[in-house]
Amino acid sequence: MIRMGWIVGASALVLAACGGSESDAPASDTAVAPPIAEITVGAEGDFQTALLTALIEAPEGQTINLPEGAFELTTGLSLDVDGVTLLGAGQDKTVLSFAGQTGAGEGLLVTSDDVTLAGFTLQDTKGDGIKSKGADRIVYRDLTVEWTGGPDEGNGAYGVYPVESTDVLVERVTVRGASDAGIYVGQSRNIIVRDSLAEYNVAGVEIENSIGADVYGNTMRHNAGGMLVFDLPDLPMVGGHSTRIFNNEIVDNNTRNFAPPGNIVANVPSGTGVIIMANENVHVFENQIRNNRTAGVLVTAYQDPFADENYNPLPRNVVLRANAYENNGYEPQGVLGDLSALMGGALPPVIWDGVDRWGEGEAVDVNLAVMEAEDVGFINLGFGAYPLDPAALAPSPTRPDAEAKAEPDPITLAHDGA
Amino acid sequence: MTALKGRLAILLAVALAACGGPAEEAPTGPRLDLILADRAAPNLSDYGLFKDAAATEPAEGVAAYDLINPLFTDHALKHRFVYVPEGEAAAYSGSDVFEFPVGTVLAKTFAFAPDLRAPEAGQYKVETRLLIRKADGWAAYPYVWNAEGTEAAYAPAGGAQSIDVIDPAGDTLTIDYAIPNRNQCKTCHQAGEDLVPIGPKARHLNHAGPYGVNQIADWTARGLLDGAPDIVPADAPVGDQSLPLEARTRAYLEINCAHCHKADGSASNTGLWLDAAETRPVRLGVLKHPTAAGRGSGDGIYVIAPGDADASIFVYRMASAEAGIAMPELGRSIIDEDGLELVRAWIDGMAHNVENEVNTPQALRAGRD
Repeated sequence: MIRMGWIVGASALVLAACGGSESDAPASDTAVAPPIAEITVGAEGDFQTALLTALIEAPEGQTINLPEGAFELTTGLSLDVDGVTLLGAGQDKTVLSFAGQTGAGEGLLVTSDDVTLAGFTLQDTKGDGIKSKGADRIVYRDLTVEWTGGPDEGNGAYGVYPVESTDVLVERVTVRGASDAGIYVGQSRNIIVRDSLAEYNVAGVEIENSIGADVYGNTMRHNAGGMLVFDLPDLPMVGGHSTRIFNNEIVDNNTRNFAPPGNIVANVPSGTGVIIMANENVHVFENQIRNNRTAGVLVTAYQDPFADENYNPLPRNVVLRANAYENNGYEPQGVLGDLSALMGGALPPVIWDGVDRWGEGEAVDVNLAVMEAEDVGFINLGFGAYPLDPAALAPSPTRPDAEAKAEPDPITLAHDGA
Repeated sequence: MTALKGRLAILLAVALAACGGPAEEAPTGPRLDLILADRAAPNLSDYGLFKDAAATEPAEGVAAYDLINPLFTDHALKHRFVYVPEGEAAAYSGSDVFEFPVGTVLAKTFAFAPDLRAPEAGQYKVETRLLIRKADGWAAYPYVWNAEGTEAAYAPAGGAQSIDVIDPAGDTLTIDYAIPNRNQCKTCHQAGEDLVPIGPKARHLNHAGPYGVNQIADWTARGLLDGAPDIVPADAPVGDQSLPLEARTRAYLEINCAHCHKADGSASNTGLWLDAAETRPVRLGVLKHPTAAGRGSGDGIYVIAPGDADASIFVYRMASAEAGIAMPELGRSIIDEDGLELVRAWIDGMAHNVENEVNTPQALRAGRD
């Protein structure tokens, strides 16, 4: 009737009772040993319980080393101690598989500040890969999060998922197969995503409802959409702004969209390099944007009804400058595919939906500055009013009159020594 | 098995001896020194909260209590106890968890019986969770019972058990029961940066408890509670069919969902807030798109599609037992069929009127500035 339970309890007690300075001796024991600065979780024995226990019992500031090897886990891991570094032997050396996971919503959940995660791989989590919530000054470095069966509706939503956090650094991270966004930063402030690889996800990298992000030196390839900067209604933090996307390789994002239909990224047409939706002060410059079959850059309003009075569904103050475009828009998908059929079957690389007002309301100045080389094609679909009326389609190749908004200062992170 | 058990016992004894074991004298009443210690005590019995090793007879100063509506936890039977240090009392609140003094212990034992239609027969304990009000806030400690039901050992990493029962409806079930680890305790017990209790709110306690008398009055008479007014809110008992569906559903959501789905809970970022005080339709999920549900959204477009439970993500996630889809994420491995039926009826009963639920924006601000 009951299996295992008491063994788990007993072994946990042994670990707890003999964990060096972390003894659970009664309070009458007055000697307090200094915290252990560094421990290594053994590869032998019950790895899952040992790792869970290490994460739970860690003193502030401890480094927890993970051994080399492939390990099977059946439940999610979590960390709620400030200043802990979780350090694997390397992305190709420490591999945690969650293929047999039966509990928890993600592979690893971090809810404390000043945490560094580095040098390991998570595979096949049932939900998100690594989520950090309210975890300020977090570092994701040299990590891989992947679903090993390739693009699949049953894969978890986000690979790397910092949310409601200030000062977020993601670097040299690889994410493959996420059924929403590979690297997703939401409702956060002061963010750097750099030198990372996102491939075979629905969205490669997504910055959503966030303020102040620099995304550079990354490769987004073979996703349905490479790079998304979105603002969505009805969330605790709306009004995302001030994002710079530069020096990225945004190429071959032609994977089918395999997101479950209710999620916002399910609307992303396969073959899109960059989408800027309802966000403000977004600067996209000096990127390589190639071989995306639907569009290089799509600038659009949010298109669904919403109840949020603080929400602005229009993109505003967008600057597109000095990007290198090649072979985009050659076979548009989704709604843009239908539109392109009316226009000869292909679209130019830069597309704006042309929405600048709600219903019969006053038009506002979206201020989209297209500062690309003269030979970079542009189309304003000219829909004008939101919600969209297909009959209002009035395409024009004329770049809008705009006054480029000054670029935000580079992001500096409180914890970035680089 | 027995041999292994013996070996483990020896191992334990050696380990404890080597590290300096716990005090050996039998406890006589709650041990404030251990309750307030920096670390968890190795065994539940160390705290002296119970007269007996089986933790059924509360010690002097410890009172049993229950909630009008319990959280669904795989049909587990629950036994709750509260200890407040002598001479101290919790401060009443009409909306939040009572403010308990330092030294308070809330203990909850999770038990099963072979046939849950006759829960007293052969009932056995699986785990006891302690919430202790330390000087710097609440701490959560899980304890796992031995097979004999004579002692529960501190188990910060939680555990898993396979449990066979006949459920209250008479069906045979095997439950993959998960004992949460200490961090998972915080997932549900979060309020901002703090860890807080969930159950002891006026609206959950305000009925006749295990002693057969109203618990607010009883706690006041025992000196556990200060400041209770004459009029105290009370949840609608979820199972009382004579009460309105709306009130029963909202009471169900409050106890089963709102500990995470609230403005300062661990699901705050979803914008789906289900506490008793919430009134905005979109915050309750009406015509709200999922935020970070991933495959948890199934084929659904809205968290709640009014009038259409089958199209609602809310129902899809309650009707699943699969990690990554199932809600709540923690504390259940099987489906709460009664709760699901309640929420279905609630959603199906909503007016199917999309237009009235969404506002147009007040103003679209200009871009250039």
